[in-house]
Amino acid sequence: MALVSLTDVTKSYPSPEKGGAPIVAVDSVSLEIEAGDVYGIIGYSGAGKSTLVRLINALEPTTSGTIEVGGREITAMPERELRGIRLEIGMIFQQFNLFNSKTVRANIAYPLQVAGASKAEITARVDELLAFVGLADKARSYPDQLSGGQKQRVGIARALATSPRLLLADEATSALDPETTQEVLELLKRVNREFGVTIVIITHEMDVIQSIATKVAVMDGGRVIESGDVFDVFSSPKNASSARFVSTVVKGIPSPAEAVVLRERHAGRIVTISFRDGDASQAAVFLDLANAGLEFELVYGGINDIQGRAFGHLTLAIRGADAAVDAVLAKIGDRAEVTEVA
Amino acid sequence: MDRLFELGPEFWEAAFETLYMVALTLLFGGLAGLLLGMVLYTTRPGSLLSNKPVFTIVNVVINFFRPIPFIIFIAAVQPLSRLVIGTGIGNDALVFALSIAASFAIARIVEQNLLTVSPGVVEAARSMGAGPIRILRTVVLPEALGPLILGYTFVLVAIVDMTAVAGLIGGGGLGNFAVVYGYRQYQPLITWAAVILIIVFVQLAQFFGNWLARKVMRR
Repeated sequence: MALVSLTDVTKSYPSPEKGGAPIVAVDSVSLEIEAGDVYGIIGYSGAGKSTLVRLINALEPTTSGTIEVGGREITAMPERELRGIRLEIGMIFQQFNLFNSKTVRANIAYPLQVAGASKAEITARVDELLAFVGLADKARSYPDQLSGGQKQRVGIARALATSPRLLLADEATSALDPETTQEVLELLKRVNREFGVTIVIITHEMDVIQSIATKVAVMDGGRVIESGDVFDVFSSPKNASSARFVSTVVKGIPSPAEAVVLRERHAGRIVTISFRDGDASQAAVFLDLANAGLEFELVYGGINDIQGRAFGHLTLAIRGADAAVDAVLAKIGDRAEVTEVA
Repeated sequence: MDRLFELGPEFWEAAFETLYMVALTLLFGGLAGLLLGMVLYTTRPGSLLSNKPVFTIVNVVINFFRPIPFIIFIAAVQPLSRLVIGTGIGNDALVFALSIAASFAIARIVEQNLLTVSPGVVEAARSMGAGPIRILRTVVLPEALGPLILGYTFVLVAIVDMTAVAGLIGGGGLGNFAVVYGYRQYQPLITWAAVILIIVFVQLAQFFGNWLARKVMRR
């Protein structure tokens, strides 16, 4: 049973002009998020991903369709009951949204006060969280005395205060530099691993998905155009828009323009060999080429690691007799996918 | 100069009356303005308790009263003053009229300052399951406290200014003192003594306001 399940969910806003068509931000989206997943939702700005995540904790009411969280339908719930549900869902933000007038300790304590915890419980829990995010020495600091990465760590501690089963991360690393991004992603991985918290992470950066997510949904124009295991989507995207996202982190088959450049600089047949989850086949391919006495060089591409599984596209320039090259490529074709580039 | 020493007791009494009127106005007008400002903030479309009819009514009422010159407003609310506090003249009647007039101005200042609180911070509190009243009390007001203090300081100075016309309805204060003993008796020194004391009051209030706001904002 999925922790979060969305069925045919649509969110539209009334048109800003009188009589205009409503603006559809999320368009009949169905998703299942299993407990323990790190579920990435990727899309360009305006794709509807931020709206989608706000439907899951009902910060925005859904126009049509149903959303269930932990088996309870939240789409028809009155506001008062929703507040109880929100205590079970943590949320972190791109701009951190810390309370600037409160200390780090008071920020983390806030959701516990809302939940009605006792003073002693709050003190103990805040200490625990401060230690977890490595900010025990900053308890009495104010947010404007912290760096971006520290602020997001406070945001994470605050979101985890009430021990939620689900954490929503809305572009949580987009305001951070690459190094701090990795630091925050590592922390989120620990949250997922050590506390078993399910994470839904919204981003426009594919490398965030690559380094943390187990499942991914690609959004475009309010719709989910592709979803599945991160490895599957990365290694063989089925959709042009997903392929564009994948190409930001994975060097795939050279584009026609790139092929022209490669042709100018390298002699011989230029072919791309696509490997999917098999280092063994890679070794065999090189062995075949060497045994056939062909001269070859690697001119483009690389091997990627997603959740411990390797895949990649290697483009080679192969020089030798045409017949010999054809024979070898036919043999390689049994193990990996071969594309003639130029 | 001798005349000023002669009038010493009256001068200090007038100073006390000014402080009395300012303090009471700041209390009553300040609270009413805070309330009205919070109503404007919470009921505006898209806010915590958005309610278009309430927002529109409060908004229109404030816009209706705000442009009335205070000196006319005092006369206009005199019947209401008699009804509510039992008198239409004197310092208390001025406090009554001024509290009403100031509350409308304060409502706008409160509204503006609450609006500067980032919507993201409010959203964060909502995502933690906090209700609208709790968010207003524990998030929005504390986040806006520094600018609010500066706003109230600004209003305080305006209130000191407006108490000067208390003499019109038989009230006292430094404004009345300056007119009665200085202006009408051709004693510019007396007028200037009142002016200087008012300047001292205003400076002290502004320094205190700045200090408090800085302390709250820690910047």
